[in-house]
Amino acid sequence: MITTDLSMALPEIFLACSATVLLMYGAYAGNKTAGFVSALSVAVIAVAFGLIFFGDQKQGLAFGGLFVVDAYANYMKLVALTASGFGILMTQRFVEREGMARFEIPVLMVLATLGMMMMISSNDLMSLYVGLELQSLALYVIAAIRRENLRSSEAGLKYFVLGALSSGMLLYGCSMIYGFTGTTDFDTLGTVISGLVAGDQSPQVGLVVGLVFVCAAIAFKISAVPFHMWTPDVYEGAPTPVTAFFASAPKVAAIALFARLLSDPFGSLVAEWQQIIVFVALASMILGSLAAIKQTNIKRLMAYSSIGNIGYALVGLAAGTQAGVEGLVIYMTIYIFMNMGTFACILSMRQKGNMVEGIDDLKGLSKTSPAMALALTIFMFSMAGIPPLAGFFAKYVVFAAAVDAGLTTLAVIGILTSVIGAFYYLRIIKVMYFDEPSGSFDKPIGAEMTLVLTVTTAFVVFFILFSSPIMDGAAVAASALFAG
Amino acid sequence: MQDHILSIVTFAPLLGALIILLIRGDSEEAVAKNSRWVALWVSGVTFAVSLLLWTNFERGTAEFQFVEEVEWMPSLGLSYRMGVDGISVLFVLLSTLLTPICIISSWAAVNKRVKEYMVSFLILETMMVGMFCALDIVVFYIFFEGVLIPMFLIIGVWGGARRVYAAFKLFLYTLAGSVLMLVAILAMYSFAGTTDITTLMTTTFPSEMQKWLWIAFFASFAVKVPMWPVHTWLPDAHVEAPTAGSVILAGVLLKMGAYGFLRFSLPMMPEASVYFTPLVYTLSIIAVIYTSLVALAQEDMKKLIAYSSVAHMGYVTIGIFAANQQGIEGAIYQMLSHGVVSAALFLCVGVVYDRMHTRMIAAYGGVVDKMPVYALMFMVFMLASVGLPGTGGFVGEFLVLVGAFKANTWVAALAATGMVLGAAYMLYLYRKVIFGKLEKDDVKALLDLNWREKAVFAPLIILTLWMGIYPPSFLDIMSASVSNLITNYETAIAASNAAPMFAQVFGQ
Repeated sequence: MITTDLSMALPEIFLACSATVLLMYGAYAGNKTAGFVSALSVAVIAVAFGLIFFGDQKQGLAFGGLFVVDAYANYMKLVALTASGFGILMTQRFVEREGMARFEIPVLMVLATLGMMMMISSNDLMSLYVGLELQSLALYVIAAIRRENLRSSEAGLKYFVLGALSSGMLLYGCSMIYGFTGTTDFDTLGTVISGLVAGDQSPQVGLVVGLVFVCAAIAFKISAVPFHMWTPDVYEGAPTPVTAFFASAPKVAAIALFARLLSDPFGSLVAEWQQIIVFVALASMILGSLAAIKQTNIKRLMAYSSIGNIGYALVGLAAGTQAGVEGLVIYMTIYIFMNMGTFACILSMRQKGNMVEGIDDLKGLSKTSPAMALALTIFMFSMAGIPPLAGFFAKYVVFAAAVDAGLTTLAVIGILTSVIGAFYYLRIIKVMYFDEPSGSFDKPIGAEMTLVLTVTTAFVVFFILFSSPIMDGAAVAASALFAG
Repeated sequence: MQDHILSIVTFAPLLGALIILLIRGDSEEAVAKNSRWVALWVSGVTFAVSLLLWTNFERGTAEFQFVEEVEWMPSLGLSYRMGVDGISVLFVLLSTLLTPICIISSWAAVNKRVKEYMVSFLILETMMVGMFCALDIVVFYIFFEGVLIPMFLIIGVWGGARRVYAAFKLFLYTLAGSVLMLVAILAMYSFAGTTDITTLMTTTFPSEMQKWLWIAFFASFAVKVPMWPVHTWLPDAHVEAPTAGSVILAGVLLKMGAYGFLRFSLPMMPEASVYFTPLVYTLSIIAVIYTSLVALAQEDMKKLIAYSSVAHMGYVTIGIFAANQQGIEGAIYQMLSHGVVSAALFLCVGVVYDRMHTRMIAAYGGVVDKMPVYALMFMVFMLASVGLPGTGGFVGEFLVLVGAFKANTWVAALAATGMVLGAAYMLYLYRKVIFGKLEKDDVKALLDLNWREKAVFAPLIILTLWMGIYPPSFLDIMSASVSNLITNYETAIAASNAAPMFAQVFGQ
């Protein structure tokens, strides 16, 4: 029995062991091997990806129902691993240039990834919490990794305090749910709750309050309005590659967890949580598009952009249907590619050896670095949701699900915010193409940046032609979630 | 080749754009030269291939022809469906004709970032042609919206002094309208379970839903046409756009909205179309009269022609919603002739702008003494714009007015005043620029058209006169599709109790 359980968690176990080995190696060999450790970390992520992608794992529950492997978990893990892989890949050259190369950074990122995979596969409030904490602890440290830098320390501290608060809320919510249902297991929870609904009893207030606390805590993690306040500061303060990582992989994991929690055990309480998600989605979309307009720092802009994007993703969840979750899954997949591509551009913004972050620093980029300007233009148009780029299809699927579920008002307001959002994305294009250059960026940008840029640009441009693996994968994933 | 002709015409320019992207050269000059030639060849060959549509198009049937269908995103119900009928095929030809003309006209006028310019134009051509060929509503939307990307860059990079403002205004106005249409498309998909245009045309939507769908589509198309009061982006975009950008904008992009009315609003939402017809009439008449008056007060040549475009498109919307054979055929005809004539007028402005670098009417006068050939060409297009018999403009406006007269005499009477005003502002423009005393020194130094400019104008002159002298060449293509559209429209209305808004008030 235990061998079956272990084999089902093979990718996670592999990540855990590898992270430990890398940590030991780094500790003995010192910081000069940071580059090597980083390369190995990418390889470890790639192997974990391969284990899931090519591995023929048994699907079902493991470890007494704490851990679940299904098509949904596998798909979301692949997305999270892709994001992590890109994130680690882009980090090394940056930290070397900035003189902060430490072997702990890639190792912590691998550990955070492990936490994400636990979150995605959790089938119990306890394993959910453990996964979430593993991820968060690793992230707190890398947010503050430049401890001599005031902004980085501030970012780390803010992230930690607010993260701890949200963890506390999560635990509180979990205990409420446990108190009113007597279980933490998702399957039993689902049975108890659907029993209540089937028996025409309204769910106890305590249960709903617990659910609200859990939703609030996860909204913190995905930086959805009104729990978004930490995002701009942390994104601006943290080292740029760390920001890129924050904006992608942990969000995929938290959203995946959110969707599983709401559609699986709490699926029969749609009426209770749908209004929360609708509000959070609306507020995130509106704030994300309005607040970004005035930003001059591109990392802060991306923070608001990510808030807005989470809002769009939540539109799919708000639908409360299988098509909605499918849309959400597709949205997150496309989002990480756009996001990673954009951050690859931001990481290449160096003038005379120094990083720059102002939107004005992009002036005339189309003349000084035409290829990078073209790539960033593609990402910006895609983020604005202009066809034929991938971002359009991301918005299409979530809004199609929302309209299908009768949430037309949400769809109309949401899609109008995307017009406001288009304004600030266009502003970046305007700066690059319509303004005269003020200074050029350092070249070359590095092989791994070129790789990330090429892969993400190709994905965004050619999604229209080769979408079927992602569309099909998302369809299978969503149906797995709704099968039980 | 026959089976995939629409895809070839649509995507050949895109392929050309890729080739241009790959051009490398020692000097910027060499790259620019190669880009120009590749763009010209690609668009020329595309036009030549598209002529097969003209020769092989079967007249007298309302069926979609040259149909292609490939499964594309099955989980979203999307297929790549292409096909043309009598309504759309001529617009495809208009797009493929104007693109090479634009490229020739930018030959010397554009000399910075030529490579990117040509890439933008070829991508724009793909989007325009694809939009008119699309038989899947989402494919249509993708091309419809995709136009914004190259257009934004063309105005923003190669435009005039206030280009940033104009580019943003164009983009955001159009996008705001279009996203509402996207929601409507999603609602239609949710109701009918398909995005196939031919199936949606035979689907009957509930009348309350039709009204909402109609409003959403209207939001998008009215901005694109543009109808009063959402026309304000157009003068800005025209004034700031480079000449070729204005040509495409006036020649093809404005037609996309009216085409949308014909393809979606009338056939798919007949009851709502009847209900909202008074609204369209009102806005169109305001457009015709008000923007004509505004045009009279302009000092900038491009702005004057831009406002005249709004007025002319007002005729088009009146003709479409008159919903009878003459009205709709006239509307399509007016769009085609306006596509040729207004494109030519912007080229005329471009010719003198390239020499004098000003578009102010007051800066000119007595041009005829120095540029007699130019004066002649300008006159032909000016008279076509006024609607002189013998030119394409007359046929379109006349048919629209006949159609409007059959539908509503008041509308026809008010719209007809626009013809008088149109003559007033166009003749004013012509007199101020071409005639008058030759006093200004820079005007005295002007040179007449060179061979390249003549080559640009020649096909447009031939077309204008052809359309004016022998309209059946064009009407034969569209008439079967138009009468089919009207039959279906009237059947659908007869089957419902559709009535126009305020029917009680106006006692209809």
